[in-house]
Amino acid sequence: MPSFAAIISILFDGLAYAMVLFIISVGLSITMGLMGFVNLAHGAFAMAGGYLVVSLTRSLGIPFLPALVIAAVIVGAASIPFERILYSRLYKATELDQVLLTIGLAFMSIAVCTMIYGPAPLTIRLPSILTGQLDIGVRTVPTYRAFVIVVGVVLIAVLWYTFERTNIGAKIRAAVDNRRMAQSIGINVDRLFTLTFALGSGLAALGGGLAVQTFGLTPSFAVLYLVFFLLIVSVGGLGSLKGTLVASIVLGVFDVGGKYLTPEAGGFFIYALALAILLVKPAGLYGRE
Amino acid sequence: MAASDVTTAGPDDRRARARAFIERRHRIRLGEIVPWLLIAAVFFIFPDRTTFGTQVLIAIMFALSLDLILGYAGIVTLGHAAFFGIGAYTVAILSARLGWGEPISMLFAAAVLAGIGGLISGWFLLRYRGLTLLMLTLATAVLLQEFGNYRSDITGGYDGVPGMEIWKLLGVFENDLWGHNYYIYTAIVLFVVFIVVRHIIYSPFGQALVGIRENVRRMHAIGSPVHRRLVISYTIAAAIAGIAGALFAESTAYTTLGVFDFDNSAKVMVMLILGGTGRLYGAFAGATIYMILEDEFSKAFPEYWQFGIGLVLVLTVLFARRGLLGLFEDVAQYFRRSKS
Amino acid sequence: MKKSTMATWLGGAAAGLLLATAAQAENIKIGVMLPFSGVNADLGDVQIKAIDLYMKLHGKDVAPHTVELIKRDEGPPSGANAKTVATELITRDKVNLILGVIFSPSAIAMAPVMTQAKIPFVETNAGTAWITNLSPYIVRFSFSMWHDGYAMGQYAAKDLKCKTAAMGYTDFPPGKDSTDAFKMSFEKNGGKITDSIPMGSPAQVPDMAPFFQRVKDAKPDCFYVFIPSGNHASAVVKTYGELGLRQAGIKLVGPKDVIPDSKLQPMGDAAVGTIVMSSYSNDLDNKVNKEFVKAWHDAYGKDNYPDFMSAAAWDSMHAVFQTIKKLNGKFTGEQFVDALKNWSGEGPRGPVKIDPATRDIVQNEYALEVIKKPDGKLGTKVLGTIPQVKDECKALKVGRCGEAPK
Repeated sequence: MPSFAAIISILFDGLAYAMVLFIISVGLSITMGLMGFVNLAHGAFAMAGGYLVVSLTRSLGIPFLPALVIAAVIVGAASIPFERILYSRLYKATELDQVLLTIGLAFMSIAVCTMIYGPAPLTIRLPSILTGQLDIGVRTVPTYRAFVIVVGVVLIAVLWYTFERTNIGAKIRAAVDNRRMAQSIGINVDRLFTLTFALGSGLAALGGGLAVQTFGLTPSFAVLYLVFFLLIVSVGGLGSLKGTLVASIVLGVFDVGGKYLTPEAGGFFIYALALAILLVKPAGLYGRE
Repeated sequence: MAASDVTTAGPDDRRARARAFIERRHRIRLGEIVPWLLIAAVFFIFPDRTTFGTQVLIAIMFALSLDLILGYAGIVTLGHAAFFGIGAYTVAILSARLGWGEPISMLFAAAVLAGIGGLISGWFLLRYRGLTLLMLTLATAVLLQEFGNYRSDITGGYDGVPGMEIWKLLGVFENDLWGHNYYIYTAIVLFVVFIVVRHIIYSPFGQALVGIRENVRRMHAIGSPVHRRLVISYTIAAAIAGIAGALFAESTAYTTLGVFDFDNSAKVMVMLILGGTGRLYGAFAGATIYMILEDEFSKAFPEYWQFGIGLVLVLTVLFARRGLLGLFEDVAQYFRRSKS
Repeated sequence: MKKSTMATWLGGAAAGLLLATAAQAENIKIGVMLPFSGVNADLGDVQIKAIDLYMKLHGKDVAPHTVELIKRDEGPPSGANAKTVATELITRDKVNLILGVIFSPSAIAMAPVMTQAKIPFVETNAGTAWITNLSPYIVRFSFSMWHDGYAMGQYAAKDLKCKTAAMGYTDFPPGKDSTDAFKMSFEKNGGKITDSIPMGSPAQVPDMAPFFQRVKDAKPDCFYVFIPSGNHASAVVKTYGELGLRQAGIKLVGPKDVIPDSKLQPMGDAAVGTIVMSSYSNDLDNKVNKEFVKAWHDAYGKDNYPDFMSAAAWDSMHAVFQTIKKLNGKFTGEQFVDALKNWSGEGPRGPVKIDPATRDIVQNEYALEVIKKPDGKLGTKVLGTIPQVKDECKALKVGRCGEAPK
């Protein structure tokens, strides 16, 4: 039986991990739910965020926090032409075509990042305020992870408000529920698609910037963790904000707990759990059957 | 027209017409000889490239097995490498641990074991579709890989199983340095597998698969045993992927857990889509072109070949939606039309 | 009498003729196999830079002969492409020898081909101990996982005075190899292993925090970590600092892969105090190394550093070039391997030689501590040197290492 302190650590580290997973995956979930688009290039947007943060902090000397925000905005804006020129042509195409197009884009992004940044792993120098440990009473925890949790919670609050309380959020929900109906009552679904795509990509970039500290950053980031993001999206249920959040927390905490308590089991645990959930609820925890 | 005919004609008539239709579809067209002539020609024109050629043939077989389920039955999977891996490990464990290295019987063993794998996993997983199925098949392959790593005392983990003693083919032909014998061997196996797949596709069973792909509801409505048919096709595809894996392990006399990689599943899918799904020869075109492009790009710009492959994929989707063979057909049709 | 002089004369003439033909300029083709694409392209990068640098500085040393490099992508870490690539280098490009490979599976897959073709394989990185047993044509210039691991076990118990140690490793064969080596010598010297933690796959960097938290809570004296050098290494050092294991009194020790010179600077202050057993560091005080590091910076910029892989690639090239010169450009595979077997020289790692019995490297092992240098950069300090270490796995005949060379 793990001690109380150990359980706190598992929950804390698991939550921090879950927040990174959530921030990156949520965009993927919304685009998949809203547009029915299997976007395997989503990891590439996250990677772009990571590299931009590196460039901004290193070359331009911009502090870490603003750099995160700027990177998210740039990637979000830069994703719009992709959506308009490439993705929008394939909304009605089969999943297969979408997979092919986006794998192609992911490959190209890997090559481009190799050309610009080289193949070696890069790191981000954190401000000293975010390094070191934080005493939370029962336990000392890494300050950076506490910071990630705070960012995650703030984002969840903002996203929740946007989706549940604003006009645009209502439109997005309507379009996820029934695209044709939404269109017929005068919602400009095309523009909505572009907007959510940019939002999702921007969030991915933000998550990518945050993830560098944990996962490191090489050009293959674009595909390395993709499976994990897809798993979270499908376990949570397509297009469901709540589902993505719950799936991130469940998979994140179980992964960390499994590693802490029984490291011998390896990655077995997390995939078995995902498999079990999907066998029982094929549309995911909060997806519509 | 056809519909009213069917309703008025007697049952025997209908059956005869159906048979005639299928036979007509089944007839071997002249053009079908071309890929096989090419495979034979390569052996004589590029005798120093047969090692690579063998790997291309194996990739074709792997893609062909995927075409049966993806192209014909519409099952989208990201875990097809699982069966390739089972085949490879059947050979590895038989030859390195159990002292049996006869190549042809090992192919059968691999087909049976991979088929059983397909039967069991297919029975559970083929109730699902879309993204859920993608994730489930993917997780299955990862679980197999993790299990292999857990029992690395048997599988050798990521360092693989060295020291595989593969006996001479038919007791006569060894795997020479130039790989000539194995090229011929692989080509013959591919041909046999191809005949089987072709037969299945043009059989009533194959037509039913296409029906499921096009409209599951209607197939349910006419009382077609959808799930059973999907599972059968999945099992056959798994067995063929197993043979491809076994050939891979025999030709390289080595295998590691890397065969279960997600990359492997994704790559075979890309190859197939590149060539064109559901058209039998798409696997030939796609696998060959992908392998050659990868090989050429990785020589010309080793660091950046991925850009080239990525670009080709994007262009294929944008301008050749039905794969390269589809593009070829469109161009042919365009010229035919402009002539008339 | 006269007859014998005649014979001598004739013999001399014949020998002279032979020499004359041998002195013809030969073009020696070396197939270089490294990962240039994919996840581990950076590992290929540090070696090919060393190889290119050697060519630039010493390419003409074998005159009148010339050396031509034929570079091919080694492929994925599973070694799936290695056999095909090696075979084609031999059958199509007609190379005289093959140099390279980062991943052990590649070397293992290629071994039968090298034996079949009788072509020497100069192995520049892959570290699974028993690789050299697989073919008489393999000569290894890098290391076996046991070089660092075994030496570190002894050093941790005796010099660092660790009584207990936890081990963490990336869950693939080199990780198991390295921890097995550490465990054996640590226990031999009276230490006790308290925990052995597999830490995820070599492909993706896992979130290291739970593993490190587990160790922190168990409080051993030492934490021996093996991970592939690269992204994993940065994550280990960062997590070690982040979770405050040093403050908890747990020493981070490991093989050189934890702090490769090429990735040391970005690790930041968290790396300071890490102790590794290594065959190489930029700060080793020997003449060849100083010249090597300087030439590297001149060629690739002051912020680009060579590491232990670069040093091994450099020594490989050096040995190959010396051997080509010695054999005057004309040789069979067997002759080349025989000459390499008895090679010894001075490299960036200090004195290195090949053990003729195992065809594996013999090199110094240095206990290094990461320090902050006066100029603010990170560097290493040599705490102790264990001279001329052989691969203990083969010496002690552990597991597959005990199997007779083929």
